[in-house]
Amino acid sequence: MTTEVSAAEEFVPPSAPDFWQPLVGDGAFALTRSMVVMVLVTIGLAVVMMLVTRRLAVVPGRGQFRLEGMYGLVRNSIGRDIIGSAHFKPYIPLLFTLFTLILVNNLMGIIPPIQFPTMSRIGFPLALALGVYVVYLVAGVRRRGIGGFLKNLVPSGLPLFVVPVVFVLELVTFLITRPVTLTLRLFGNMFAGHILLLLFALGGEFLLLHGDGLLKLVSIPAFLMFFLFSAFEILIAFLQAYVFILLASIYIAEVYADDH
Amino acid sequence: MAIDNAVGVLAAEGGEGGFWEDTYPVIPHPGELIVGIISFAALYFLYKKYVVPRLETMLAERQRTIEGGIERAEAMQAEAKAALEQYRAQLAEARNEAAQIRDQARAEGQQILEELRTQAQEESARIVARGEEQIAASRQQVINELRGQIGALAVDLAGRVVGESLADDARRNGTVDRFLDQLDGMVGAGGRGGATAASEGTR
Repeated sequence: MTTEVSAAEEFVPPSAPDFWQPLVGDGAFALTRSMVVMVLVTIGLAVVMMLVTRRLAVVPGRGQFRLEGMYGLVRNSIGRDIIGSAHFKPYIPLLFTLFTLILVNNLMGIIPPIQFPTMSRIGFPLALALGVYVVYLVAGVRRRGIGGFLKNLVPSGLPLFVVPVVFVLELVTFLITRPVTLTLRLFGNMFAGHILLLLFALGGEFLLLHGDGLLKLVSIPAFLMFFLFSAFEILIAFLQAYVFILLASIYIAEVYADDH
Repeated sequence: MAIDNAVGVLAAEGGEGGFWEDTYPVIPHPGELIVGIISFAALYFLYKKYVVPRLETMLAERQRTIEGGIERAEAMQAEAKAALEQYRAQLAEARNEAAQIRDQARAEGQQILEELRTQAQEESARIVARGEEQIAASRQQVINELRGQIGALAVDLAGRVVGESLADDARRNGTVDRFLDQLDGMVGAGGRGGATAASEGTR
């Protein structure tokens, strides 16, 4: 991207800087495109949820039925089945927030005119992972106390010389690996997915505009791939939201598991 | 260190892109992290305070409704079963009663029949007895009549045979009576017919 000529002649593949899209200002506190999407999604979810749950009937209408389907998935299939029916109730708001927020933000990656996946900026998945992190650490310490929590990291019955090693490994898993993987999984999926979409869209466009002769025709499969991957992204959007709360529930469930 | 580096990158790049454009995509942008946390927290508290409690209330109510429905259905079923039992019991009782009544009727019929039979027998016995009485009375009457006539005839006959007129009534009557008594005595003797006849012949 040095001169006009080279921009026209050479194809510049999409890369990480394409995700940096400040709208107002610059630097660490610039207002970026993903912030706007995030805030819009949050407000949209808040409004829709408040409206749909304003008058809930025992016999549901159409909107309520859909909401209940999603809520049932989060509440029963994940919350109750993984955390256990004795302890899952306080975690439903967390899991439901995570699920809806991630799902809708992910879908924003392919919904025009937004077409920008918020979670491809690592700050947002990190914010969510921190939320889960705080919740499962606080729950663990509250249940067993700090001593009990640390003691519970090491399974009982290990040979004495293994205990310190396992303790360090488990501590690292608890304090670092889990939040980091939770963040990176979501971020990586949405980042890579969007790069793929960008690649097919920009590549197809480049071939169509700057390709020589028959090469222009190659833009057709490129655009087809774009549509295919857009459809695929819907699946990914749902899957990543699901996996995120699934893992969050597993981490929380461990707090209430009496044995390792 | 990182900040120095960032400043260095910023300085080197000038106005071209800036640190946040060229840095690794895994470095979180502070502004985005803060917006993420705030959005997440806001939505979380909204869900915790309104959305999830409303949904839970509705679900609990629905469960109550369903359980109430099941309970009602069970109660109705139990009621229907009780009614059926009662009906069956009543039916059995009615059948029993009918059988009893039938038995009683049969016994009564038998009794009535028996009574009628005895009555009829008594009646017939009475009729027979009366008939016998009548016969006896008729016989007595005939005997009495015959006694009169036979007396007259015998006197007449004897008068003719002996040629003697028995004008005196008292005498005549005495004679006849004596004769008839003798006759009775002969009948009372029964089997000795020949001897009687012989004695009669001597007379």
